[in-house]
Amino acid sequence: MSSDHKKSTKQSAVKPEKVKPKQKIELYRQMLLIRRFEEKAGQLYGMGHIGGFCHLYIGQEAVVTGMNAVKEEGDQVITGYRDHGHMLVCGMEPNGVMAELTGREGGYSRGKGGSMHMFSVEKKFYGGHGIVGAQVPLGTGLAFANKYRDNGNVSMAYFGDGAANQGQVYESFNMAKLWSLPVVFVIENNRYGMGTSIERASSTTDLSHRGASFDIPGIKCDGMDVFKVMQAGKEALAHARSGKGPFIIEMVTYRYRGHSMSDPAKYRSRDEVDEMRKDHDPITTLKDMLLEDGDIDEAGLKEIDAEIRKVVSEAAEFAQNSPEPKTDELYTDILVAND
Amino acid sequence: MPVEVLMPALSPTMEKGTLAKWHVSEGDTVGSGDVIAEIETDKATMEVESVEEGRIGKILVSEGTLDVPVNAPIAIILYEGDDENTPLPEGSKQQAEPDAKESAAPEKQEEPEKAPTNQVKITVREALRDAMAEEMRKDETVFVMGEEVAEYQGAYKVTQGLLDEFGARRVIDTPITEYGFAGIGCGAAMAGLRPIVEFMTFNFAMQAIDHIINSAAKTLYMSGGQMRCPIVFRGPNGAASRVGAQHSQDYSAWYASVPGLKVIAPYTAADAKGLLKAAIRDPNPVVFLENEMLYGQSFDVPDTDDHIVPIGKANIRQQGDDVTIVSYSRGLAYVEEADAALKELNINAEVIDLRTLRPLDMETILTSVKKTNRLIVVEEGWPVCSVGSEICSAVSSLAFDDLDAPCLKVSGKDVPMPYAANLEKLALPTAGDIVEAVKKVTYTQ
Ligand SMILES: Cc1ncc(C[n+]2csc(CCOP(=O)(O)OP(=O)(O)O)c2C)c(N)n1
Ligand SMILES: [Mg+2]
Repeated sequence: MSSDHKKSTKQSAVKPEKVKPKQKIELYRQMLLIRRFEEKAGQLYGMGHIGGFCHLYIGQEAVVTGMNAVKEEGDQVITGYRDHGHMLVCGMEPNGVMAELTGREGGYSRGKGGSMHMFSVEKKFYGGHGIVGAQVPLGTGLAFANKYRDNGNVSMAYFGDGAANQGQVYESFNMAKLWSLPVVFVIENNRYGMGTSIERASSTTDLSHRGASFDIPGIKCDGMDVFKVMQAGKEALAHARSGKGPFIIEMVTYRYRGHSMSDPAKYRSRDEVDEMRKDHDPITTLKDMLLEDGDIDEAGLKEIDAEIRKVVSEAAEFAQNSPEPKTDELYTDILVAND
Repeated sequence: MPVEVLMPALSPTMEKGTLAKWHVSEGDTVGSGDVIAEIETDKATMEVESVEEGRIGKILVSEGTLDVPVNAPIAIILYEGDDENTPLPEGSKQQAEPDAKESAAPEKQEEPEKAPTNQVKITVREALRDAMAEEMRKDETVFVMGEEVAEYQGAYKVTQGLLDEFGARRVIDTPITEYGFAGIGCGAAMAGLRPIVEFMTFNFAMQAIDHIINSAAKTLYMSGGQMRCPIVFRGPNGAASRVGAQHSQDYSAWYASVPGLKVIAPYTAADAKGLLKAAIRDPNPVVFLENEMLYGQSFDVPDTDDHIVPIGKANIRQQGDDVTIVSYSRGLAYVEEADAALKELNINAEVIDLRTLRPLDMETILTSVKKTNRLIVVEEGWPVCSVGSEICSAVSSLAFDDLDAPCLKVSGKDVPMPYAANLEKLALPTAGDIVEAVKKVTYTQ
């Protein structure tokens, strides 16, 4: 792994030893749910139950899980198309997410959105966007509304290393700082935008500095370590919530699978992927820590595993049994009906 | 219980693939994420990862097998406690031996217009690549840029091989910054180069449409004829498969409405090649709308490196007296399907492929309508303010006395593209819609 991973700032600490065992186990459970859910989604895709684009989050689980653990009630989340993890961790139902993947009535968008387009007003999840970079001004707009209403909430706008070059990102940075908007820009740097490595796409590759010309503070964080994510998230959210304006966190992470299901991933070596999986896997790391600290034993882990497998296979079953949307759904939701 | 490993669909449009290589043998243990096999499609080679932990019980499809249908079982994985005799769970499809018959979509055959030179059968994808390569060989100022066009060989493999032949100076990977690189392309064109700007799909050209219209299309006019902008914007346009509302949209009518642009939307490989070459040579900005669903289709193409199709000329694909059916791009696939049913009804349609959407070849359309007295326009895009709307309006005003029935449009529905499989089908036009429309204008029961 690049030395970047070691550069996480030493701020007010979320030290793993200070996190209660119960919460640690919960973090483990959440990450494992995402992992198993995504594996199942990949499987269903291979069997033809899911169509189109399907971008899996495998490898990046610690990012959303850590951020979610330190957010406050009412804080909003918005992201791109690699969105399954964000939705699961904010409490959206696996059944509803999986059924959207299969395009069925029981899905969060009643089958009309698909993998890339799901939303939950209730859980403050604002999508689910297919156009690279578009979520950044949208997330800044959520923050604008927070400030307008003075409600004390912060919005978290997630985007990739590839998206970090889009022009609208910098237009958003400028206005977010100019107007001191409560937004945390979470850059999920998984080192590739599709088949292009960050080095081949970006003139400068330290994305935590991308706010420098707008005077937006930024930190680089090891996104494979859920506790480091929590620590960075805490600092960033506190900054934004206190009225000081936007904050950038560059999460250095990795996706194990191809960009989408149809990506042969020839642009990186098998060894690179294997190394990340073996030595930096966020779930294995936490699991080893839990065992070492005696917070849980093998039997306890097996139980969690079984429980999650059950949730996931139920979701898969629900997603395959839920009926297709009724045909008149074709014409609903285009405009708000007069009420 | 043992589980079957099925031939995966690794892209939305994949129906079959070649099992190129096994990385495991019977008896090997595998973990989740291990690469067990490699498969090949016309687009790429891909690795199949195991999603189960267990032991390879049986390999069902041997290395080198061609045309293995998606979803056919290719191996069986055994779990702890299973042996070769443990029965498969209910619903497994073991018996389904790869059957090329049911998987392979019939290849589209194309009658040559005339046969001046030898014809070779190539895909639309190859035709587009050949057009670019041939023009790049001839003209040093032609270069290609876009996302994943070089090292990845194109997101849809249209630029395959170009980097190898022309090098990184002329085949340029850009960051995901459409507005910026479209503008850079326009600037380079103003300075006399001939850029081909690839959009991964035209959905993402919406990020860049300001430059396409404000910079490329208007410069000649605003400069009183001084400053040219010879650029080609190309990429897949229109409905793809199951990719939802933001990735499945037809922009034909948008661009076709802009003075200062030429707009092309070919159907066949021969037209794709000949028109792309013409577009690259054209001194004006050209928007070249391809279609992902057509990339893999094969057609006859003249075997010469000087096959040019003139911009602005429609092609009469089929002569007929009873009704004129005008379409373009993938719309013609629906028309061909409908035509079989029309022939059964003894209706002989004249089928016109527009090929160019701006300037429109009204002459060819009007000549045909004078003969058939009926007009149907078929397109995949939205019905409101569409290419069909324009043609129907023009024909009504220019050939009113020749018409025996109102001009009709068959189009996509007036909705964003839904993801669900059943709704997506309903959102697109069908051969049945065309047959109905033809029956209406020919007063056929
Ligand atoms: C404006 C736009 N251009 C291109 C695409 C096609 N595309 C989808 S994802 C992607 C790569 C994005 O990479 P990154 O931002 O690093 O996110 P990651 O996929 O790694 O999570 C591309 C080029 C798109 N969806 N939108
Ligand atoms: Mg990335």
